[in-house]
Amino acid sequence: MPERTLKIALPAISVCLFLIGWSLYVRTAEVSAFVLPPPEAILVALIEMVQTRELWDHALVTITEAVSGFLIAVALGISLGFIMARIPPVEWAAKPFIVLLQLIPKIALAPLFILWFGFGLESKIVIAAALAFFPVFSNALQAFKSVEPGDKDVFTILQANPVQRFYLLDVPSALPVILTGTEVAVVLAMIGAIVGEFIGGNEGLGYLAVAHLQNLAVPELFAVIVVLAMVGLLLYTLIGRLRQSFSAWHVSSETA
Amino acid sequence: MPFDARQDRMEINVSGLTKVFGDGPSAVTAIKNADLTMERGEFVSLLGPSGCGKTTLLRIVAGLESPTEGTVEIRGNAVWNGTRRSAAATRPVSMMFQEARLFPWFTVVENVALPLRVAGVGRKERTERATEICETVGLREFLHHRPNALSGGMRQRASLARALVTEPQLLLLDEPFGALDAMTRDALNIELMDVCARANVTTILVTHSIAEAAFLSDRVVVLAPRPARITAMIDMPFDRPRGLDLQQSMAFQKMVGELRHKLSEGE
Repeated sequence: MPERTLKIALPAISVCLFLIGWSLYVRTAEVSAFVLPPPEAILVALIEMVQTRELWDHALVTITEAVSGFLIAVALGISLGFIMARIPPVEWAAKPFIVLLQLIPKIALAPLFILWFGFGLESKIVIAAALAFFPVFSNALQAFKSVEPGDKDVFTILQANPVQRFYLLDVPSALPVILTGTEVAVVLAMIGAIVGEFIGGNEGLGYLAVAHLQNLAVPELFAVIVVLAMVGLLLYTLIGRLRQSFSAWHVSSETA
Repeated sequence: MPFDARQDRMEINVSGLTKVFGDGPSAVTAIKNADLTMERGEFVSLLGPSGCGKTTLLRIVAGLESPTEGTVEIRGNAVWNGTRRSAAATRPVSMMFQEARLFPWFTVVENVALPLRVAGVGRKERTERATEICETVGLREFLHHRPNALSGGMRQRASLARALVTEPQLLLLDEPFGALDAMTRDALNIELMDVCARANVTTILVTHSIAEAAFLSDRVVVLAPRPARITAMIDMPFDRPRGLDLQQSMAFQKMVGELRHKLSEGE
């Protein structure tokens, strides 16, 4: 069989085998449905849920939080990264905070943000942004710092002004590395939004998961997890596509 | 009046130029007390082994590196005022580097048009002018290619086109064809001589190839390392236009021998 066919067929087969194995195990080992429901029960719950408006409302809330937090993180990360790359004293002054920010498990700040920003959307957006900020910022800082000196010489000879340097040299040079950071960031923003919903509030898929847990509606809980995975996959794929289209030249420069 | 006429032809005046990198015991003198004057339209090569300060000298003229002592004037305008470069003095200057330094996020024609874009020329006009210059250096079929899709020689052609698109008065070349194979290098050198003569640009070429320096130049400036300094200036008395067959002639071989001798004297 040609390699291309195998690359499509084998993952499908392995997933099917996994689901069948799961189903057989639950039946033969008589595992309690409260612990691990069979996959078909989850599928039934999922089908019922997607027909309700409730699920979509909650999903929309989570997506709004994650995407807003992500966009804030991208804007802040790129601008701070650029400023610090351009003006080293700013980076030196900010260094202790950057290291601290790196070391703290940022998820531990979530309760604090709920305290400061309340139980609504705002606190979740802040948590999502806090988690997503770092990979964008550190990639942007590195990328803006590593613009080639020889390329800068060309722009010096051309007597380009700072604005021209920024959009004709710095941004396109740094973009591939920054976009790699955003791929990580979008996943972290999603985690931030969900954790925020776990802690407080009455909206979003994270809240829905906790609610189902409290009702011991385990198949529904699993169904929410499936939906969360789908939303995460959707956002990640979107950013991945964006990165590929922007950095086609970068990839080809590595293989040339 | 003859004095004034000479003043009018004066393009570059380098005087007492010294560059020291670092300070204290680790300081390195990259070039010491260099003097050089060039007339308009002249082609001068800076020839020497690595470490002789030829690239540093060129970068100071280009406004990329500030001198520690001494002055550089282009048409009477000082390039450096202390460590501040003068934009006015270096405006008519183009430079080529050992690497083509094309930008992979632009196509060939966009790369060539970049100097015009930076200078505020509109899209239509700059594309026309860039296309025209690309055609004269043999890039007609590659206008809309990405630089990464080109061979090394083609990239340097595009780099040359980018250097010429602004119709510079002064062209600074830092071993631009050093990384190319001998045949491509010969072809590009012939083209370079052509465009320089046609546009009457003043050219400074940094090279460590004796034959290349002798073949292209009106005058060769020989530099030596430790301490980095100018040790000789020799006129190349060959008629123009020059063809590759010049390199076979006795007179040329003799000149190459003399340059080699001057280079070894400086060691």
